[in-house]
Amino acid sequence: MKILMRGNEAMAEAAIRAGCRCYFCYPITPQGELVEYMARHLPRHGGVFLQAESEVAAINMVYGAAAAGVRTMTSSSSPGISLKMEGISYLAGARLPAVIVNVMRAGPGLGNIAPAQGDYFQATKGGGHGDYRLIVLAPSTAQEAAELVMLAFDLSDRYRVPAMVLADGMLGQMMEPVELPEPIPPEKIPEKPWALTGAKGRSPNVVSSFDLDPYRFREVLRALWQTYREIERNEVRWEEYQVEDAELLLVAYGTMGRICRTVVRKARKEGLRVGLFRPITLWPFPYEPLRKLAEKIPVLLTVELSAGQMWEDVRLAVEGRAKTPFYGELGGVVPTPDEILSEVKKHVRD
Amino acid sequence: MSVTEVKVPAGYVPVYTKPKSLSEARFTYCPGCHHGIITRLVAEAIDELGIQERTVGIAPVGCAVFLSDFFRCDFVQAAHGRACAVATGIKRANPDLIVFSYQGDGDLAAIGTAETVHAANRGENITVIFVNNQIYGMTGGEMAPTTLPGMRTVTTPEGRDVRTTGYPLRMSEMLAQLDGPSYITRQAVFDVRHVQMAKKAIIKAFKNQIEGKGFSLVEIVAACPTNLRVSPVEGNKWVVEQALKYFPLGDLKVRD
Repeated sequence: MKILMRGNEAMAEAAIRAGCRCYFCYPITPQGELVEYMARHLPRHGGVFLQAESEVAAINMVYGAAAAGVRTMTSSSSPGISLKMEGISYLAGARLPAVIVNVMRAGPGLGNIAPAQGDYFQATKGGGHGDYRLIVLAPSTAQEAAELVMLAFDLSDRYRVPAMVLADGMLGQMMEPVELPEPIPPEKIPEKPWALTGAKGRSPNVVSSFDLDPYRFREVLRALWQTYREIERNEVRWEEYQVEDAELLLVAYGTMGRICRTVVRKARKEGLRVGLFRPITLWPFPYEPLRKLAEKIPVLLTVELSAGQMWEDVRLAVEGRAKTPFYGELGGVVPTPDEILSEVKKHVRD
Repeated sequence: MSVTEVKVPAGYVPVYTKPKSLSEARFTYCPGCHHGIITRLVAEAIDELGIQERTVGIAPVGCAVFLSDFFRCDFVQAAHGRACAVATGIKRANPDLIVFSYQGDGDLAAIGTAETVHAANRGENITVIFVNNQIYGMTGGEMAPTTLPGMRTVTTPEGRDVRTTGYPLRMSEMLAQLDGPSYITRQAVFDVRHVQMAKKAIIKAFKNQIEGKGFSLVEIVAACPTNLRVSPVEGNKWVVEQALKYFPLGDLKVRD
């Protein structure tokens, strides 16, 4: 059965169905409906909803709940995610699973509440301090947002790496029919023998990112980076659309990826052989599949709601094998399919 | 450093032993530092209440960052100032656990002011041990929110000037104004009588949590002889003659 929902609501419901039992938040637009949905529904499932005094406090409550072994989540939008970065670094360092939803808005600074993709660097290249990675999943529909929230919980638990769902204001606000994923039965959620449950009949568990000895800490980080390499091998996800005969490949994610699907259809109607490559995991980024396509497609046009952030990863993947022009909009402006199509026409042969 | 083996005489019965909740690890605190006494008192309280197997401690950033090495119970290390938020997360996730944080004055009353005030105001059912030694110890003796007027630190080399750096923050008095907290008290450990009183307060703060009474905080006015650049004995004297003038001892809020 399909239900008409906003992306924000779909993500909230999916979190509950994934077994999230502790959710901590601080109000910010454009993810308000996610907070409201959790406030209404999570307690009915025996979960904890708590509005914190700040984003900083909220992510540290997540840190505590994750340490106690519970599936936990926080959500926010760009300025709030900046505040959470300290806690995210600690989550990564202490190997705690948790899910963070970022419904991106335009920045830097206070910016505005319109959809944007300016937090790509923050999400995929660090944001917080130190040598760490986040699993970053980028949905392009409310349906996919729900599915990726479920996946985020699974991957995060499996690898003990925090996962971020990187959505945007358009996706959060838009209503569309969603076929909700089946709830995960509690017994299917992995055991967490490392969690802080009281040292009864076992030696004490310690959750920490602290080690004064550089040589010992190096080994901790080496193990962490082995896990990251494993994730890079196993978890790369992307979507290809009409790429077989493409002479120009649009590369776009999230809301922009969705708009570019329309661009592909419009271009094809006009006889232009255009395809779409849509990364679903922004980290690990699909370098290999994109590189393969760059061997045979001469132009890869990256389109983003930013000044060109994922564009850097596209160029790293392509490494000069094809032309890599860029088209982006700034400040919360969302380009129409026709605007993108006229950009396409600058780069494709008639 | 040479270690001299002491032979235990036959028939010797120890009357003062290590609490069960403490591990074999040696404390890393400086000589004369009150942290050593306070850490031990927390362990004694945990032992006496028989809650070691369901206690989760939260180590701060600062001199007590090694707490997880010292205790034989589950532990988590929190970001600077965030212990009360982390405690909230743990306790809400699993209310059967006994959750305590152990924080210094910079941690609790400067960078973590908001987390502390709001956890107290929500009446979170947690226990907070607040060590107020009026200085940042681990980083090398900088001015703390609790540094006394005129007190020299490495960042107030001419003494704390209240006109430019404000006044010592009386966190416990602030928290006692709130409706949320159940128990706010200020104690000290500079002599045996006060050590015993402090222990009673710590036990009460844990008991409150066991009984579901809500937020309890024990502030302990402590000495940091290393950064005061005085002997341990003079450190004790400093607490009595200087610190207690600004931070008078006693219960600030008791809700029974």
